[in-house]
Amino acid sequence: MSTHGGHGHGHGQGPGDHGEHDRGEHDHSEHDRGEHNHEHPHAPIDDLAGYRPESLLLEQALRELLIEHGVLTASDIQRQIDQTESRTPVLGAQIVARAWRDDAFRHALLDEAKPALGTAFALDLANTPELTVLENTAQVHHVVCCTLCSCYPRNILGIPPAWYKSREYRSRVVIEPRAVLREFGTDLPPEREIRVVDSTADMRYLVIPLRPAGTEGWDEARLAALVTRDSMIGVAQVLPPA
Amino acid sequence: MTPGSRLAAGTPVRVRSGDPRTHCRTPHYLRGKCGIVVRALGDYPNPEELAYHRPGMPALALYQVEFDSAQVWGDRLREAPYRIVADIFEHWLEPAGAAG
Repeated sequence: MSTHGGHGHGHGQGPGDHGEHDRGEHDHSEHDRGEHNHEHPHAPIDDLAGYRPESLLLEQALRELLIEHGVLTASDIQRQIDQTESRTPVLGAQIVARAWRDDAFRHALLDEAKPALGTAFALDLANTPELTVLENTAQVHHVVCCTLCSCYPRNILGIPPAWYKSREYRSRVVIEPRAVLREFGTDLPPEREIRVVDSTADMRYLVIPLRPAGTEGWDEARLAALVTRDSMIGVAQVLPPA
Repeated sequence: MTPGSRLAAGTPVRVRSGDPRTHCRTPHYLRGKCGIVVRALGDYPNPEELAYHRPGMPALALYQVEFDSAQVWGDRLREAPYRIVADIFEHWLEPAGAAG
């Protein structure tokens, strides 16, 4: 999958959410090899070579002004970045594992996600975007995208993968979902109905993947270890235990 | 749809085909397409106003709308039929009639 062109517009995101801007994705692997001795005639390494969008300058100018005027401090911003980056799909996997084991929790989650999560996981979701949980079953498979930018349940899954923001994923999954899913190794039976969920506005979507066979009686931690980020976006299924 | 009206699940709707030179949250590929309301998602400030630092009030109803792939893509459809679900603000929806 191509990773270019994934510039989101920061819809509904907090300050300091630098993940939206895809910066620093320049591949440094060729410079990381041991034989790199400094006799080289190459130009200084610039993370942003050829890529210095106005939005980045705007962000820098705004950030510096906010700090200068005492609205925020640099450490406030750093704390927000740390918080954003500390969220990982682990929380999502725990939610899925509990939903698989606990019918009452699953029904509450499908009915109204935020109150159910607030109670069961002691999460403060008051200032985060609305969330809807969708269940994949033997009849229907949900796959989530955001064709307009990069809307994603960050409060549950962390920062979206680069491919989720790519122009290729965003444009193809709504017109050839089965082909895209096959590229992720997800070959669904022809009778399985597909619902492509385009998060176009204020609602974010989390998928409960189909629970794999062979996990009967497993506890929550063991189940959670099977659940991948991609299965909660809906591009993958949770594989049965080996 | 008139602001303030409430669309029930199952209501056939058509997405307006306008092309305003502004920020909006209605994807081009769904404009002019017919779908069915799945459910109301609540009221949210108008993103077309928020984008210009205006309050976006009164809040607008947001609806989850389901579309048939054949309806959306017509002859361009490359795969077996599937469904597309998107969230559309009320002022982008109009009645589609029973045939929608």
